[in-house]
Amino acid sequence: MTVALDPTTRPTAPPAADMPIQTVFAQALRDADLPCPSGLRSWNGSDPTPRFAIYRNNIMVSLVDALAEQFPVTAELVGDTFFRAMARVFVQRQQPQSRLIAFVGAHFADFVASFPPASAVPYLADVVRLEMSRIHACHAADADTLTATAIGGAMHDPEQLAQLCFAWHPSVQLLSSPHAIFSLWAAHQGALDITQVDPDTAQHVLVFRDALDVQVLQISAGAWAFLTGLQAREPLAQVAAAATDADPQFDLAGTIALLLRHPLVTRMETLP
Amino acid sequence: MASDTPLPLPDRMARPAVASASRLPLRCGVGLKSGHLRQVLDTLPEAGFFEVHAENFMVAGGPLHHYLGRIREHYALSIHGMALSIGGDAPLDTDHLDRLRDLLDRYQPQQFSEHLAWSTHDGVFLNDLLPLPYNQHSLQQVCDHIDQAQSRLGRRLLLENPATYVEFDASTIDESDFICRIIERTGCALLLDVNNLHVNSVNHGRDARATLQQLPLHAVGEIHLAGFAQQRDAAGAPLLIDSHGAPVAPEVWDLYRFALSLTGPVPTLLERDNEVPPLEVLLAEARQADQLLHDAALVPSASPHAPLQGMAA
Repeated sequence: MTVALDPTTRPTAPPAADMPIQTVFAQALRDADLPCPSGLRSWNGSDPTPRFAIYRNNIMVSLVDALAEQFPVTAELVGDTFFRAMARVFVQRQQPQSRLIAFVGAHFADFVASFPPASAVPYLADVVRLEMSRIHACHAADADTLTATAIGGAMHDPEQLAQLCFAWHPSVQLLSSPHAIFSLWAAHQGALDITQVDPDTAQHVLVFRDALDVQVLQISAGAWAFLTGLQAREPLAQVAAAATDADPQFDLAGTIALLLRHPLVTRMETLP
Repeated sequence: MASDTPLPLPDRMARPAVASASRLPLRCGVGLKSGHLRQVLDTLPEAGFFEVHAENFMVAGGPLHHYLGRIREHYALSIHGMALSIGGDAPLDTDHLDRLRDLLDRYQPQQFSEHLAWSTHDGVFLNDLLPLPYNQHSLQQVCDHIDQAQSRLGRRLLLENPATYVEFDASTIDESDFICRIIERTGCALLLDVNNLHVNSVNHGRDARATLQQLPLHAVGEIHLAGFAQQRDAAGAPLLIDSHGAPVAPEVWDLYRFALSLTGPVPTLLERDNEVPPLEVLLAEARQADQLLHDAALVPSASPHAPLQGMAA
């Protein structure tokens, strides 16, 4: 079939004459290799391509900026140039579903873990995970927590102690990594000297919100196993035994002291 | 033009009265950025009102709600939606509408506004305010979406005129006429963004003042002021970007003054979303608008602005 070329017809149009304009527009926004959609015009007859490019750029820059703001430690670890290049690929591939910009990086850690250029920095994905857990903790629902006295009182009865179950504050997150994610994060807060950090040391982290501030605490492997078990609503005696199996150095009294010191527990109940 | 002395505005009231009033005061408010929340609550600065982006507060709990809840006790509030996608082909996301309703119930803002634009397609959030062709088909679609939103939210919304960079072959109605028809058919109000009006006049070779006069000025419930960035199009003509990243330009101040001469004083918002300066700088820029609002109150407007009724839920 031959088509007589109208001089005003631009040869950039994809073959999508019957596709709704928003579909064509959205596809071209998401795929930078596609040409500027047909059906666009400008008042002075100029090629609309650079005009359309503003939308492409707005979307990409706003999402990459949001990620750079939300993952500052990750960005510092790899440098701004690498971080932004990585974030661009993430935005292109992931196509964010959330209309809430705070959660645009919800799947960023999984992406970083499978992003080949980042494989030289094996701890990077877990640092992303730690930063995302801080965002989740910051915006988690508010809930009243039990006082140390209330918790201590409930633990006083040895009959019931073994069967006690705990409900956590919605902000509580537990992370376990084969890498020194706490030290890497703390070094970027100025709390540690980064040159003293061995990234290949396994570390465990407790993240929660205390009033308005997100707290990040390094905990032992045993404490992590214990708190993870409690978070799954398993009874205290069972998780204490599992924690000791996982970590012979597990300090039960010290870990229970964490529960008394920080606003982590909203409810306690005894399994029948 | 800037004035550092407090303005003797006739409607200036003690803040708690402003906070609980049914309408925004005839003053200039500023966009409330998360980085300024604590400072605003600690210092309770002089400001007409605050405006927040709805989606930034669609989180379960934590510091954002802590601060906004307390700030709301002292100031009038406008909630501005960015992601309802009223101009989209797809049906409105009812989960998003419900989240909006919860937010409006929680904060009881004096006004809620959204955009004549779309931002989602096939479930993917495109995080920008995208343009639509103006024709009978899109008019029906937009009006249906506004009807649905107003009914679900139980209040009249304000629709903002967009800043756009392209036009469509499929458009058969000009922008101001399209907006007039929407307002006539849905009963929604107009959020007149004078920066967008200026940006579009440059980007599409229109006369901003003539366009302004074609808009349904009787329905203006709020004015937005913001700054733009400048590029060039393929022919080398100036192309303005609605960046919200700079102070308000002199041309936009002029257009604002002209708009006020037609509408009389209207609650006005100074928007700044990028390169956000210290709060004091924003508030000083807002005082320039307050001065113009003050002047406008002293001169009878060419077409008296009828106060909007029934804005509150």
